[in-house]
Formats: sequence, C-alpha cells, structure tokens
Amino acid sequence: MKKQKLIIIGNGMAPGRALEHLFEQAPHAYDVTIFNAEPRVNYDRIMLSPVLSGEKEYEEIIIHGDGWYIKHGIMLYKGHKVINIDRQAKTVTSDAGTTETYDKLLIATGSSPFMLPVPGNNLPGVLSYRDLDDVRAMLLAAQSRARAIVIGGGLLGLEAAAGLKSRDMDVTVLHVMPTLMERQLDPAAGYLLEKAVEQRGIRVMTKASTKEIIGEKKVEGVLLADGTTLPADLVVMAVGIRPNSWLAKEAGLDCNRGILTDAGMRTSDPDIFAIGECAEVGGQCYGLVAPLYEMARVVAAQLAGNNEAAFVHSETPTKLKVTGINVFSVGDLAEGDDRQEIVLRDAAAGVYKRLVLKDDRIIGTVLYGETSDGAWFHDLTKKRTDISEMRDTLIFGQSYQGGSPLDPMAAVAALPDDAEICGCNGICKGKITGAITGKSLTSLDDVRAHTKASASCGSCTGLVEQLLSLTLGDSYNPSAVTPMCSCTDLGHDDVRRLIVAKNLKSIPAVMQELEWKTSCGCAKCRPALNYYLVADWPDEYADDYQSRFINERVHANIQKDGTYSVVPRMWGGVTSSKELRAIADVVDKFDIPAVKVTGGQRIDMLGIKKEDLPAVWADLGKAGFVSGQAYAKGLRTVKTCVGTDWCRFGTQDSTGLGIRIEKFMWGSWTPAKLKMAVSGCPRNCAEATCKDIGIICVDSGYEIHFAGAAGLDIKGTEVLGLVKTEDEALEHVVALAQMYREQGRYLERIYKWAKRVGLDEIRRQIMGDAQKRKGYFDRFVFSQKFAQVDPWSERVSGVDKHEFQPMATIGYAQAAE
Amino acid sequence: MNDWVEIGSINDIPRRGARCVRTPQGKIAVFRTMEDQIFAIEDHCPHKGGPLSQGIVHGASVTCPLHNWVISLETGKALGADEGSVKTVALRLDGDRIFAALELVAVAAE
Repeated sequence: MKKQKLIIIGNGMAPGRALEHLFEQAPHAYDVTIFNAEPRVNYDRIMLSPVLSGEKEYEEIIIHGDGWYIKHGIMLYKGHKVINIDRQAKTVTSDAGTTETYDKLLIATGSSPFMLPVPGNNLPGVLSYRDLDDVRAMLLAAQSRARAIVIGGGLLGLEAAAGLKSRDMDVTVLHVMPTLMERQLDPAAGYLLEKAVEQRGIRVMTKASTKEIIGEKKVEGVLLADGTTLPADLVVMAVGIRPNSWLAKEAGLDCNRGILTDAGMRTSDPDIFAIGECAEVGGQCYGLVAPLYEMARVVAAQLAGNNEAAFVHSETPTKLKVTGINVFSVGDLAEGDDRQEIVLRDAAAGVYKRLVLKDDRIIGTVLYGETSDGAWFHDLTKKRTDISEMRDTLIFGQSYQGGSPLDPMAAVAALPDDAEICGCNGICKGKITGAITGKSLTSLDDVRAHTKASASCGSCTGLVEQLLSLTLGDSYNPSAVTPMCSCTDLGHDDVRRLIVAKNLKSIPAVMQELEWKTSCGCAKCRPALNYYLVADWPDEYADDYQSRFINERVHANIQKDGTYSVVPRMWGGVTSSKELRAIADVVDKFDIPAVKVTGGQRIDMLGIKKEDLPAVWADLGKAGFVSGQAYAKGLRTVKTCVGTDWCRFGTQDSTGLGIRIEKFMWGSWTPAKLKMAVSGCPRNCAEATCKDIGIICVDSGYEIHFAGAAGLDIKGTEVLGLVKTEDEALEHVVALAQMYREQGRYLERIYKWAKRVGLDEIRRQIMGDAQKRKGYFDRFVFSQKFAQVDPWSERVSGVDKHEFQPMATIGYAQAAE
Repeated sequence: MNDWVEIGSINDIPRRGARCVRTPQGKIAVFRTMEDQIFAIEDHCPHKGGPLSQGIVHGASVTCPLHNWVISLETGKALGADEGSVKTVALRLDGDRIFAALELVAVAAE
C-alpha cells in the first residue's frame, strides 16, 4: 500500500504526542513532514519555568531529539513558518518558499501570547512568555537589567516572576483583579499565595490596570490607570493566550475563537485536523497539557483509521510550578445555595484547604500549602463518590480515613488501580504497575518511556518512584546505572574503570572478562570500547578498524547518497593561493560536484565516489594537505581570528596560538568531537565562547573557556581560568583535553562531561593542582606519538586498499557468455 | 535462473567486514563474520537506501551507517522495532573461493 503524506504545521507537545501514538498504532501509514516555526526540536513547554529559574537546562526538557525524527523518517523543517494552505491543490507553503503536498493535514499552531493593546507595547524590552526564545531573552535581560515588571498574576505570570527573582532581578507583579490566580483559586487561597509571593521579595500590586508602557527607545516604565508610574527595564506580559487560527481562517476553515473541530478533531475540511491550543472542540479552547494530550490521542486514532475515537471534556487540576509554593485547584469553586463547603485553615503552617460539595459529592477542590491529597480528592470528584460516610475526616485527606494516619508509602499502596497518578498524561496507577511488571521496567526513565507517567511536568515523579519501589520491592534501585548497551549490564564508567584495573587490552579481552552477553558486541558498544582502549593504551592497543564507524574507517564523511566528502586541514583557518589552487585542480580533475566553506574555517569537497578517495588524497597530499579529521570523534578545528597580526583591537597572536594548538593536538581521539577556537580580544570574532574549548586573549594573558555548545544545544562556555603566557595556555588546554579523554563517556561532549563531574572539580585539577595538570599533559604528549600519523597518506601508500575497491565486478560481457 | 558466479576469495574480506560486488542487478554486499560465516545481501538499506556494506558488522547482522537500522545477514530482515527487508543472495564456499547465485540469464537475454 502506498504511504499517505501527512503534513503537520507546528511542532509543540500535542503533535509530538500524536505522532508517538500514530507510530505505535500505524507505523507505516504515513510519510510525515513537520513545519516548525521555532528553529528547534520538540521540547516540554511546561518546563520553561524551571529553565528560567535555572533549575533545569534546555537539554533536559527536550522531548524528541533530532535522532527521533531521523528514526521515524520525519522531514522536519526547523524555522519554517507556514504562510499558506491551498486546500484545492492540497499544499502548504512556508515563508522560506518550500511547498509540500499533503493527503492529510494536521494544524497544531498553538496559541500566541495576548499583548495588552496599550501604547508602548512594542517597545524593545517588552516580552511575552511563550517559548524558549522568550526565556533566553529574559535571561539576557536579567544579566544586565535591574527592574522587571510582570503584567499578569496568573499561572504563567507568577512563574515568570519567580524565575526572574531567582535570577536576582527586582520584580513587581501587576494584576488587574483583586486576588492572584482568581480563575483557579478562591480569594482566601489567592491571599495566601500573595503573601507567599511577597515573602520571596516579589512586590505584588493587585487591582493594577496598565494604561501605558513608557519609554523613548526602550522600556523605561509602566504607567497605571491611577496615575502611578513604576520604573522598569523589562516588562513581561503574561495576561493570557489566544488561539493561533489565522492560517486556518485564511484557508476558509470554520473558526470561532479557535479552529472548530468535531469530537474526532476534524475541521470543516475532512482531510484537515486541528489539535492543541489552536483547536476549539465542544465549544471550548484548552491551554493545559492534559486535554491537549487527549486531543493528540484522538487524532492519532482517527489518522490510524479509527473513526470512533472522540474527545471527551474533563476537568484538569491546576498546579503552580514555583518551588516551595504548593497550590492545587480543580473543578467548580463558586458558592451557591445548593452547595456546602468544608474548610481547613492552619495559619501558622500556611495551610488552606477547601472542598466544595454538592449532593454529598466533591465538585471543587482548592489546596494551598499542603497538596498531597489533591489527586485523591480529584479522583473522588471524577468517580462521583458519595462522601457522606467520611465527611467528618474528609478534609484531613486519604491517610486519615478509617483510623490512624498511614505513612506516604502505604497511602500510595492504598490507591485503587484506576486512581490517576499522572494528570498531564492521564495515566492511572494500574497502567504504571502493569507496565512495571509486564515489561520488566526497573527505572524511572523506563516508566517514562513506556507509559509517559511523570514525563511532562514531573510533579508526580515522587509517586511514580513510590510505585516502582512498591512493585519491585528491594530490587528497585533509583541510583542504578544505565548499561552501555544491551550487550552488558555495566555502565560506561564501570567499563572504563575495569579496562584499566584488569589490564584489558583488546575488545575480545574486554568482552570475555566483563562477561559480555553477545559474541561480538553491537554497533553501540564496539566503537565505545575501541575508543576506551585507544585512549587508555595508546602504545599497546591495535586500533580495531572494524569497530569504527565508516567515517573513521575510511577517513571521509559518508553522505546520504553513499558518496563521501573530504575536508583537508587548514591550520587555524589560514590558507594560501597554492593551497587553493591545488583544491581547485582536484575539484576539476575528479569532477567533484560541490565545494563548500565549513563553519570551522576550511573547505569541504562533497560528492566524491569512494573509489576516487585515495587518488584525491594523493593529489591533496602533494600540495601539503593532511586529513582535517572532519569525520572524527577527535580534534576537529581550531578557529581563529587575525589577532595582533592585522587587527587593530587584537591583544595577542591568536592566529599563531590557534595554529600552534592545532599542530600540537591534531590526530588525537576524544570521546566526542572536539572543536576549539582562539579569539584575539573579548570581541570574540572566532566565537570561542560556544566551543568545546576556547581561548579569549586579553591584555593580561589568556582566558581559557570550556564546555560550550552550539549544536542541538546552545550553551555559552564556562571559564576555566586566566593564564599569563602562551605556553601556559597550551599546557592548560592540553591537560583539560586529556582529563576529558580519560573520563568522558563515548559520544559525551565536553559540556555534558563537565556537568557530570562538576566545573569546580575540573578547575581544581587543571588550574589548582600543578602536578595533576603536568600528569595529564604528559600522558597526552605520550599518546600523540602514536596518533599523529596522517591517515590519508597512509591510505595513498596502500593501507586498507580493500576498503576502496569492489571485490568484483560482474559485467554484462560475462553474463552474456 | 541463477548461476553460480565466482566473486573472489574469503581472504579478500576482513573479519567483521564487508566488500561490494557490482552486478547488473545492482551492488551486493558480501559479509564475513567473526566466525568466518559469509553472507550476501543487497547493498541498499530498506530504510533510506544506505550502503549496508559500510556498516559495522556484529554477530550475523550489520548496522546501517546512515541511521543505525540493524539488518539480519541471514534473513535480510530489519531487526528490533524497525520493519523492512532486503534481498539476500545465496553464497557457496569452495575452498577459499566464494560463488554467488546471481541471475544472469535475464540479463543475457536482453
């Protein structure tokens, strides 16, 4: 059967979840193409607040990394905003001019932050709080600016305010209503919340109506309706969201507030679906994740051919993700003649609990300060349980029903199988315990991967861990290491340690002594073992090329059509007419289809046939070129600027130092690729502050940086320290690289390694302990004796000839005989 | 009709490695495992057409160099969660010489 083409506009949490369901139910039904206006993969938007406050890093909130898209054959257009849907031709077109055809179209454009229509709302310094770019902009502002005003005292506004406060800003929250979070909390809980927010040093002004944002070229303050002027350097608007439906409207689909869909999430065009915050189903638009995931489940079933799947409205509890402030609210909190309430207040402990009852059933719950019974109350509401029997003790929570208080573990054990544990994903207890036993799960990550429980906002992580521990008993070990691969139970660190401790010097020896479960490993463990052995026994270990990935085996980069690309070294990015002429000649002679300048200041020749590689290298070698190792988990490039040679700002000879480092370190293998740069002054033209290791030259010497990233993740470097001379800079950089070579796990970039072992520990060993540093340096130098052999000239002289020639060519002439 | 065509010696292939053979039907990849078993399959991953001969060989399977699909050398089928398969080609070993069952008649008739 021919695959249908599914196009998805938007790459947020709802479509990501829909695809997971779809691939589970109908893995081969669709070729999927995604247009994402944000230039990145799918991440957990609910966790932006912890990123803002610094409790989490961006890489920790990624839901689907690039590998997931590759694995499922998804074409992901990052940074493409769709600007037109042509329903007649069944095509969509992006702002970059890409047009694709669909059989089925899924619109998941989410929502836009609502910006108050007041003068000055477009001044620089006025931000919304919606995506990672907003968070990055806030973090940038927090570095240099002092006063922030957050407009909006709802869920998002308070999380933004707490985040900015934890970044040391002076924060004021303006809220137009008399109490905070009035849509979810009653006035009593709203008051307690206000006190708690103020105790953290955040000023709260209620009944504050914004009239104007003032400023000349950027934000200078906010003018309120009562005439008060508040100075501000940053204004964050968090007053609400509105569904993004203009694209659907322009395409002529029926829209109200959002894009109108039936219960099967189908729009007025039968081939077009809409889910997420942009969709309006049953007369309602949604903004919390649980109903959005429910939409994802429904649309996936519909796409897989189940026309019965239908969206059902359910109440979703609200929780505030501000560390130390616990708020839980769900259901109908209004007062009325037919309603009763049970209230518990403990002023000293800052606890407030209120249950709204109707006909002996709970219809609304607000918990402040002590929220652990929220799930239980919500469960009673959903099941419409008659609570008249336990009414006297109800407010004290589940542990107090029927006798003495229970410990928390027993409370979890007492929950029925259909009690909801993960509200975001609608996962109940039975599903989790069933997966733990049925699929032999042993860790939190396993449970997250198989059931999604605690994989969104994470607030039920504790409950899931208790379930693991209840189900598995003593065999649950939360700190258990992740094995290298399915061939062994040992983690990377254990394997590295045992290789040295047991003196293991070949891959068969490692597999034998460490009791590998497979006869010759797999494509995950073999390259890792090969690296560990190369790094630990540079003089004794014979590199096993059959355990290297193809690029390292043939010293070129494989391309999608099976041809290769070749990048010669240009030391420090410096070249000459002679070198360029030699490259031009090679390109002509071998009819190389593409030539490109790389980000690492050198030249890539693409589309070379494998058989031609040795001849290409022979010609390049004659011009003095060696392999640029652009394919290696090893030293790649050392980018430089022109430094004191030419630049009027240069403080040191950055070009010379870059070339010196590259000549010293080329050929070395590292756990993952190692990219470096040297900038001649803090203007940083060589972009050293996003490299694995970077140097910024200053008047007083050389500032050494490390642990930056500018790929899947973007991260500025950390400062290792300042040294005075070029010789010292080289020694420190080399020692740092060697420490990473000895401790890094295979494929672990330096920033991940640094995070794992701790920046201070690295500074202590490299900056603070001269003896340690010297040891690392000497071991690196020793290892280079065996590593600095140009692999291209080796192959030109005949090494691994079999790699480059077919074993036989069975021709037509022979066939015709 | 298949004919047994000599394609080379087992010693031409490194253990846990592969070589290519060009045929009128396209490239085939000939593998030699750690235990000196030999297998031949189309040199074209069912996923995105990656050259399987360039992959890492482990046990009686190979991992495609483009996106890490694992293909069984014995059956040509994708292993694990992925689904798809490539054609296998029968091989015969006579001393150190390898013979492959290749369809030559159809080509000859052209």
